[in-house]
Amino acid sequence: MKLTGSQIIIEVLIEQGCECIFGYPGGQVINIYDALYQSRDRIKHILTAHEQGAAHAADGYARATGKTGVVLATSGPGATNLVTGIATAYLDSVPMVAVTGNVPCSLLGRDSFQEVDICGVTLPITKHNYIVKDINELADTLREAFRIAKSGRPGPVLVDVPKDVQIATTEFENKPVEPAFENVKADDDDLAKAVEMINKAQKPYIYCGGGVISSGAGKEIEKFADVIDSPIGCSMMGISAVPFSNPRFLGMQGMHGHYASSMAQSEADLLIAIGARFSDRATGNKDVYVRNCDIIHIDIDAAEIDKNVTSQLGISGDVKETLEKLISMLSQQNHPEWSAEIEKLKEKEAQTIKKSSVMTPYDIIETVNAKMSDDTVIATDVGQHQMWVAQHYRFEKPRKFVSSGGLGTMGFGLGAAIGAYEATKNPVVLFTGDGSFGMNLNELATAVSNNIPVIIILMNNGVLGMVRQWQTLFFDKHYSNTTLERKTDFPMLAEAFGALGFSAQTTEELADALDKAIAAKRPAVINCTVNENEFVLPMLPPGGSIDNIITEINGGEA
Amino acid sequence: MKKFVFAILVANKSGVLTRVSSLFTRRGFNIDTLTVGETESPEFSRITISMMGDEYIKAQLMKQLSKLHDVKHIEIMHRDETVTRELLLIKVKNSSETRQDVLSAVDVFRSKIVDYSPDALCIEITGETSKINAFIELVKPFGIMEMCRTGIVALERGCNCLRND
Repeated sequence: MKLTGSQIIIEVLIEQGCECIFGYPGGQVINIYDALYQSRDRIKHILTAHEQGAAHAADGYARATGKTGVVLATSGPGATNLVTGIATAYLDSVPMVAVTGNVPCSLLGRDSFQEVDICGVTLPITKHNYIVKDINELADTLREAFRIAKSGRPGPVLVDVPKDVQIATTEFENKPVEPAFENVKADDDDLAKAVEMINKAQKPYIYCGGGVISSGAGKEIEKFADVIDSPIGCSMMGISAVPFSNPRFLGMQGMHGHYASSMAQSEADLLIAIGARFSDRATGNKDVYVRNCDIIHIDIDAAEIDKNVTSQLGISGDVKETLEKLISMLSQQNHPEWSAEIEKLKEKEAQTIKKSSVMTPYDIIETVNAKMSDDTVIATDVGQHQMWVAQHYRFEKPRKFVSSGGLGTMGFGLGAAIGAYEATKNPVVLFTGDGSFGMNLNELATAVSNNIPVIIILMNNGVLGMVRQWQTLFFDKHYSNTTLERKTDFPMLAEAFGALGFSAQTTEELADALDKAIAAKRPAVINCTVNENEFVLPMLPPGGSIDNIITEINGGEA
Repeated sequence: MKKFVFAILVANKSGVLTRVSSLFTRRGFNIDTLTVGETESPEFSRITISMMGDEYIKAQLMKQLSKLHDVKHIEIMHRDETVTRELLLIKVKNSSETRQDVLSAVDVFRSKIVDYSPDALCIEITGETSKINAFIELVKPFGIMEMCRTGIVALERGCNCLRND
């Protein structure tokens, strides 16, 4: 059948299993929006307030499900507004396809109105990108974009389509979705060597990253840990891979990691990193990080092996497949002394949680955690609130923690929460801070128009807390531009957008507001007052190590 | 730090050179020379890159380059098993006092004069980098007006090819 380029784009999206896309119309995508209109009963489109929000929504959609998120934007500013969203997805290996319009081919390269070389701009933050100048290549290019986004280590792919290609017509036929490109397979000799190293180890420690979630290997990690009798730690991206309730799970390690998890890592004689990439936030000083242990590094991306930390054994392969094979080759290990040591670390950690007469971030998270089911998607923005959630929220199921790790994008959360809701229809809670929320709160309008009952827990301390924490520690309490002095009335702001607004000073008020928000099934903002001298602890200073762990900070003025 | 040479077979499409070269910038690695041209098959171009680096840089580049969708094959060209050549065009001052010396240098290096004018001689020379460097040093005292070199191209000795299919 003969179709226009615009119709082909929509047909391929549907063919690739895409049920909902996020975007914003503009001059160079009017034709695609017309094709969307014609197919509006077959594919849903969520109109956001800003293209950045749409990109984060597509990202949240992908993180919450593992499916590829799709975002659509016009040329020029529409396309550049996607950039932060694409970079966020790239750094966290999230499968995404971004479709942008561009000026007609004859106007390319002439600084035409709203023309930007978006392929050039996104070159370092996409797995691959295309500009399609021939209508006959459009369908297969889009198919390849989906295939690349999903294959191996996932990531974003951008397809730029000039307007004349959207208008041109050609024959189109649906094709079956092609499987992902073949993965590298773990080498048998390497697996045998891994078994040898594991058998020799007395204090193994599993460090899992986001790759475990991408690969769907949470169960295999738990089984592997049982067989080798090892505790499990994780990077921030690895949170939710393993249920919090698993007694082997010690939580996140690294800069703001759990005490027990970071300590166990530093005491271990064998570190088995799985689907993780040894980010500087996870390791701190790399020489100290590895001083006591050998490393086995398993990752689907061969380029991650020995990139940040040199391993004694690198295995490139899909995490799930590799673990299944490895488990079948292992015999049951027992390390009672190591387990006892871990138990002591856990006890010590439990004593560090302080009680306070006023509501602490920990109390806020506890209150929300107690009210929400395990199916709830918890999105965050970036900063102190994000670290508190990463430390304390008890995630029981994978893909329930949606947070920007690698890029650390403030303003990520609301868009991502909207995408996660559209993908799952599960309850969605966004934890945010007054700094992050201020960046993209315009997406409240999107939540309201689309009846997305996201509950926003705003940890409002009136400061840019994470930077302020560094200023407290390393800049003699020079609070340069981190005190917000804003007069925003957040509950009123929420109501102005058509959402519900609440304020909570105590956990009782918070619980009450939560009940009302849940019952109303409408977007709601709960403004929770947090003391500006609440700090994220423990903390390993940047470039520091477990030897420099900070467990207490004296706040207040200099 | 050692010198090494990569041969990279890429899809012959616009933008591929940018993808490859920007990867070097992004990862903080420096290119010494880069040459690119179509191969025996119009589907592919061949990029030859020479650079200084340690084992870490070498391994990282191999792996990072392999991840680019348009990179089809990549190999490190080992010195002993590789024929490498560079081409230099160099314009040297032409004066009656130095002309004979320049001409004998051209002769000894088996290079050739490709343009002759009353005030300038243009010389073409091909060879390994060390030979090119030696020639430049030799003619420097005569007055180099301008020069242009291609950078390394390299092929493996024997019947092995980058594309074995």
